[in-house]
Amino acid sequence: MDLLDKFNPIIEAKAKLPFEDGDPFMVCMEEVISQTEAVINGRRTILAGTNNYMGMTFDKDCIAAAHQALDSLGTGTTGSRVLNGTYAGHRELEKTLAEFYGTRHAIVFSTGYQANLAMISALCGSKDYLLIDADSHASIYDGCKMSDATVVRFRHNDPADLDKRLRRIGPDVGRLVVVEGLYSMLGDKAPLQDLVKVAKAHGAAVLVDEAHSLGVYGKTGRGVTQEAGVEDQVDFIVGTFSKSVGTIGGFCVSNHPKFEVLRLVARPYLFTASLPPSVVASATAAIRKIGARKDLREKLWAGATRLHDGLEKLGFELGAPVSPITAVKIPDQATALRFWSGLLNEGIYVNLAFPPATPQGIFLLRCSLSSAHTAEQIDLMLERFEKVGKNLGVIGAASEKRPSGEAEQTEQDRPARGVAAATG
Amino acid sequence: MATSTELSEEQVFEDVVTLLKPFNKKGIEITRDTDFSTDLDLDSLAVMDLVAAIEDHFDITIPLNLLPDLERVGQVSEKVHDIIKG
Ligand SMILES: Cc1ncc(COP(=O)(O)O)c(C=O)c1O
Repeated sequence: MDLLDKFNPIIEAKAKLPFEDGDPFMVCMEEVISQTEAVINGRRTILAGTNNYMGMTFDKDCIAAAHQALDSLGTGTTGSRVLNGTYAGHRELEKTLAEFYGTRHAIVFSTGYQANLAMISALCGSKDYLLIDADSHASIYDGCKMSDATVVRFRHNDPADLDKRLRRIGPDVGRLVVVEGLYSMLGDKAPLQDLVKVAKAHGAAVLVDEAHSLGVYGKTGRGVTQEAGVEDQVDFIVGTFSKSVGTIGGFCVSNHPKFEVLRLVARPYLFTASLPPSVVASATAAIRKIGARKDLREKLWAGATRLHDGLEKLGFELGAPVSPITAVKIPDQATALRFWSGLLNEGIYVNLAFPPATPQGIFLLRCSLSSAHTAEQIDLMLERFEKVGKNLGVIGAASEKRPSGEAEQTEQDRPARGVAAATG
Repeated sequence: MATSTELSEEQVFEDVVTLLKPFNKKGIEITRDTDFSTDLDLDSLAVMDLVAAIEDHFDITIPLNLLPDLERVGQVSEKVHDIIKG
């Protein structure tokens, strides 16, 4: 028995997909021009799906800090944080994070994925209960697998369901509720006030993953927790440097008095090498900026609103109210693939998202915006979305221009306009 | 629900069969050997709804950790009976 035979259904399913214009899972950025443009398949392309919310990847100060660290400290630490991998920069970054969040403690991991693995598996042992939102990111599910705890899912963004589950479990065991600030696929926000209220009424601890909300929500960009005014009740905030911070890495901040012991027990902290000095330096520079740069947040939100409203007006079905993530729902897989490659041919890159990465078995064209996007770029995205959408019949050919009753008549006159118009 | 501690495994099985009705799209006969994925074609979403319906009916928690071992209806009723007994 070949070990990889178990993947035959996946290999067969993939072979059947209509990959007419390239494989969406094998995109290569041949050249990166800026935060918002790259060369893909030899074509200059607008990037509309990179999670680069604050445009930090090309921030001058972040680049300068990274250069300096690279030149003076070398390309890597070649060791774990608890051996030879803690440099002054790692300490400085943790101090910067604690100051940014106003917490007593901060711990830095090598990725956000590892931050979730580390926190969830270390916090919850065999006698404890993990209560996770059903739409949680893979890193949360994997953290649950790694922990020895009993894992209970509650319905997505449903405080009443969480309440019921906490009641059944009772107060005599350790319980950690894990939610995200902004859900990465549909771009829907957690009702954090209500969820936290329920958790606290039952005496459960709360961990919020702010991967997609750091920099984006809250007065100083601390995320949905800050915006919801529940920072004093959330026990642990997890985040990543791979999105709004513009580099790579993960972290957790907390006021828990025993927090530091996690450095001795969290395996994804102990048994992997620490972040290279240049990454640490640019992350530190970015975190310092994110709090102060309200202008970037405002620009991001203006762009997000422009894209969201524009797509909605064109007749697309969107996943959630305005956020820097705009997910366009596409009825089936083949159309989603054609739409995705159609956009790429028109010089627009978005994420194509399929189950199991998406909830409810839906197919998405997922856009995420950056504060670096211009209004002109967003208008171009809308134009191309309209063109491809009409070609494929995802939106009606006349969806915008139907001012009078006349349109209805012409539609009756032309009963054979086809599936495209009928579904539009 | 107060009497749930006295439920026999057979009664639990019958209740599970009733709860399964809305999920039995093909209208097949449910036995202890009916397989959720191969016989009933339940996807992960339907499984979540079914588990929630069973949890609500018996007022119990069925952790995610147990799901991989619950492939057939009989396995579920046995497990639910175990959980109710405590
Ligand atoms: C909600 C959530 N948590 C964690 C992660 C992992 O972050 P990282 O890219 O730093 O591993 C992601 C990103 O994919 C995410 O969307």
